[in-house]
Amino acid sequence: MDRIASLFATKKNRIISVYFTAGFPQLHDTVTIIKELAHQGVDMIEIGIPYSDPMADGPVIQHSSQQALENGMSQKLLFEQLATIRQEVSIPLVFMGYLNTIMQFGFERFCQQAAHIGIDGLIIPDIPLDVYVKEYKTIVEQYGLKFILLITPETTEERIRQIDAVSSGFVYMVSSAATTGSQQSFDTEKQAYFQRIAEMKLQNPTLVGFGVSNNSTYEAACTYANGAIIGSEFIKQLQKQSSISLAVSTLVSTIKGS
Amino acid sequence: MKYAVDNNGYYGKFGGAYVPEILHKNVSELQERYLTIMQDSAFQKELNQLLHDYVGRPTSLYFATRLSQFVGAKVYLKREDLCHTGAHKLNNALGQILLAKHMGKTRIVAETGAGQHGVATATVCALMNMECVVYMGETDVKRQYLNVQRMYMLGAKVVPVTSGNKTLKDATNEAIRDWTCNPKDTFYIIGSVVGPHPYPDMVARFQAVISEEIMWQLQQHENTSYPDYVIACVGGGSNAAGSFYHFLEHDSVKLIAAEAAGLGVDTNESAATIHLGREGILHGSKTLIMQTDDGQIVEPYSISAGLDYPGIGPMHAFLAESGRAQVYAITDDEALQAALQLTRLEGIIPAIESSHALVVLAKHSFKPNDVIVLTVSGRGDKDMETYCNRLTF
Repeated sequence: MDRIASLFATKKNRIISVYFTAGFPQLHDTVTIIKELAHQGVDMIEIGIPYSDPMADGPVIQHSSQQALENGMSQKLLFEQLATIRQEVSIPLVFMGYLNTIMQFGFERFCQQAAHIGIDGLIIPDIPLDVYVKEYKTIVEQYGLKFILLITPETTEERIRQIDAVSSGFVYMVSSAATTGSQQSFDTEKQAYFQRIAEMKLQNPTLVGFGVSNNSTYEAACTYANGAIIGSEFIKQLQKQSSISLAVSTLVSTIKGS
Repeated sequence: MKYAVDNNGYYGKFGGAYVPEILHKNVSELQERYLTIMQDSAFQKELNQLLHDYVGRPTSLYFATRLSQFVGAKVYLKREDLCHTGAHKLNNALGQILLAKHMGKTRIVAETGAGQHGVATATVCALMNMECVVYMGETDVKRQYLNVQRMYMLGAKVVPVTSGNKTLKDATNEAIRDWTCNPKDTFYIIGSVVGPHPYPDMVARFQAVISEEIMWQLQQHENTSYPDYVIACVGGGSNAAGSFYHFLEHDSVKLIAAEAAGLGVDTNESAATIHLGREGILHGSKTLIMQTDDGQIVEPYSISAGLDYPGIGPMHAFLAESGRAQVYAITDDEALQAALQLTRLEGIIPAIESSHALVVLAKHSFKPNDVIVLTVSGRGDKDMETYCNRLTF
């Protein structure tokens, strides 16, 4: 069984997936951050590929991407940094990036190298469902990668079914029609949306992302989904704390509420 | 229709709608409704009335006698500089705000670089009593002080964008984010033939009034609706799209686009996207983009704030690739000299953007009987500081 499937098979709930931007805060922090997250009990990691114009991200992640690019991060360097990552960690690793940088690298070459170093799945938010099915699905599947699609409160039930049928690994539930960033709690409208999705009993597991920043939002996510994805809050901790280890431990205790 | 957008929103391999799921509903709603609304007779009546009474259309097609003598061919100028607010931008802003009203939207967001589209949008929002938020790179806010004040006076809120390079592309990112966060009440008015489908086609259709007028006006002058050449400048490409629109399928009409070479296409200071760009995805569209080998978007340079967009409308990428349009890259210095020349020959101070198109008259070889229509997309009032600094009068 692949790593993402076996994670959801063994742990049905309270999954914590953490996003970070490769090359931030320092260019060569990538492996250290991954190891530290895995060591401190995070279940899955999303490795963000920095892009100059990240349309689907909020200001915190956007800023970290800009800093990473200024630090000198590139697709080629990221593959070099991750060349032996599977000797270090065994939890699922997912790439999150934008289509333009991947196109320039070569979409198939990107998939081939990602699979080669042991990446499990891809999140590319600006590849819409129809384009994915028509142009990219065959390539992604050829290299054994999962492709995680997003749903939002604006997505119709019919379209959610289509996305669930095409998505693999899990379905990324965007908490609100807003770009990423922290929210203190999920209001009743959002919780009603989570519940509506839960009742649809999708074939894929679901993780809630966008706006998960503390224990209250994490708990709400876990009530209706298999867990949560945390992005901006971890970037903030990386900026605030004196070490990566401290940033991870602060994040984990903030989220778990311990 | 060889050059029109196809059912999926593509011009050849360019175009499409590469938008995150979060924008899917907004974009697909617009895709489904824009043509129906635009073809509705009540909508057309209201738009045409306003184009006539408020924008000041039709703008004149002016036979430029002295310029023609200099070029050695018959040169007509399509005077978009005579539009209210000083450029063709208002044609589109007016069309989109009426469309927004028909869709029940109450709040307008827009991006702006030099401020012309921002001013046009703020103008129609004042006219229609709609809330207006304009995103503008912090660098541009400083560079375009007077246009910012115009927007404030018109009642718009101007939001300085501090992300990225703090210019047009970053303002566009922020406007898209705003739309994403406010999908129910907000309409995003894009200023050029860029962005996800249906924007390139929708904006081209709103600007197509330019070539529609050229056809009947030229008929009066020359007894034919079809010139030998149509020339226009391209940044994103909206005035060129409008100028070319009704001639696209008529191969006898040669189309020439002038893009901004900045200091030169061989330098690192250029905005010549068609010459220098590679296929990629920007702001929801597959098109030619100025980018690094690694796929990061490059900040373009041109003396003209209206032409320094790192992408190009997908229609223009296709017209260039297919050979339907010829594209010249014009430097800052060439454009400046052409601006002075038009001013002295015809008493028309053109926008620095339009001046790039004027250079084509000297670069391309024309026959004495050639009938040329060149679109003067805007007036030069906004560029007086640049002209003062760079030209000797």
